[in-house]
Amino acid sequence: MHELSVCQSIVDQVVAIANNNHAQAICKIDLAIGPLAGIDIQLLEHAFPVASAGTLAEHAALATQQLPIKISCQSCKRESEARANHLVCSHCGDWHTTIISGDEMLITSVELDVKEDAHYV
Amino acid sequence: MCDTCGCNITPGNKHLVAEGGKLEVDASGKKVVDVMHSLLHENDHQAEHNRHHFNARGILAINLMSSPGSGKTALLEATIDALKDKYNIAVIEGDLETENDAERIRAKNIPAIQIATGTACHLDAHMVHDALHNLDLQNIDLVFIENVGNLVCPASFDLGHHLNVTLLSSTEGDDKPAKYPVMFKTSDLLLITKADLLPLLDDFDTARAEKYFRNLANQSPIFTLSATKNIALDNWLDWINEKIQAHRKNLAEHPVDKNHMHHSHDHHSHHHHHI
Ligand SMILES: Nc1nc2c(ncn2[C@@H]2O[C@H](COP(=O)(O)OP(=O)(O)OP(=O)(O)O)[C@@H](O)[C@H]2O)c(=O)[nH]1
Ligand SMILES: [Mg+2]
Ligand SMILES: [Zn+2]
Ligand SMILES: [Zn+2]
Repeated sequence: MHELSVCQSIVDQVVAIANNNHAQAICKIDLAIGPLAGIDIQLLEHAFPVASAGTLAEHAALATQQLPIKISCQSCKRESEARANHLVCSHCGDWHTTIISGDEMLITSVELDVKEDAHYV
Repeated sequence: MCDTCGCNITPGNKHLVAEGGKLEVDASGKKVVDVMHSLLHENDHQAEHNRHHFNARGILAINLMSSPGSGKTALLEATIDALKDKYNIAVIEGDLETENDAERIRAKNIPAIQIATGTACHLDAHMVHDALHNLDLQNIDLVFIENVGNLVCPASFDLGHHLNVTLLSSTEGDDKPAKYPVMFKTSDLLLITKADLLPLLDDFDTARAEKYFRNLANQSPIFTLSATKNIALDNWLDWINEKIQAHRKNLAEHPVDKNHMHHSHDHHSHHHHHI
């Protein structure tokens, strides 16, 4: 259950970005998490309210994009989709492959509320 | 902040970056900022800093990971016996509740720091950094980090080590690489441990374990050994020797910028002295 640590790391980063941009709140956090990142998205979503409570990210929506696993074969040079525990070329069966996508664990963007007049209400 | 350093943009994910970069504030007062940072950005920075600690002293750091009880500490004990006349070794122990593992190492006159992880299920780069500052690294050649016994969480955290070694004991089933692909994918070496028990276990097939491991596109070597019965330790010891020599050669060719040790990120606020 390292998802809580991951969530705390996300909250720290987005709050720093919000502060740099003088934002009033964080509306949305876009993530890209591949199956090979070792992060359980459901656990992450459960941990988020705990990690974000009392911060600018408290009411933020968490939008997670899960990219499919894609590999490139070192033998036949072709690309194929794969499963996390079977990163084998679907064309020629070779296991000498390289991951093209599916291992990302990224904050891609954040949407901030930067309404000026919020200072005065 | 390096909001736009783009350090994580790869051909596989660059389409995720919004076209045209940062959007201006729209009519409703919303602004979208591109980030493209690892979820564990701060950990990754700390890990790089730790790696600098090691490199500045010519130290090779090896992270040992496995299920609980696969024989990490027993392997360290046997390795220390075999290599302590050749290399100065230090150990960082991630043991949840006890000092037992650190005491087993200290009994061999090797410095060992216990990271009391409490309820944590993995070590992170900050914990290892604190441990490094409590360890006299002068003249040390080789640091082992024994991670928390867990095949899931430790895989996601860079500690600043150079190499991952994963242990799979003969008593825990040969299909672990298929069940925990993220962990076994990160391994620079797979050790099948408790080899002395293989003849007693008719369902552990090392060839099958190897096949599951190769299905993860992992080209790393696989050695089978027994730490407590001293069986076939040579491949493992040779591997360490080889990696230490390669690391030293690499450091000689690419000397460490010692000034980097005193860098200050604005999101890296703590100040500290290095022993
Ligand atoms: N038969 C046999 N038993 C072993 C071997 N290596 C370790 N063991 C036994 O396995 C048990 C666990 O070994 P440890 O070295 O403590 O395992 P560990 O991975 O450090 O355990 P944790 O730190 O608790 O995760 C002990 O009873 C060891 O004596 C081996 O090669 N053969
Ligand atoms: Mg142990
Ligand atoms: Zn192929
Ligand atoms: Zn430091």
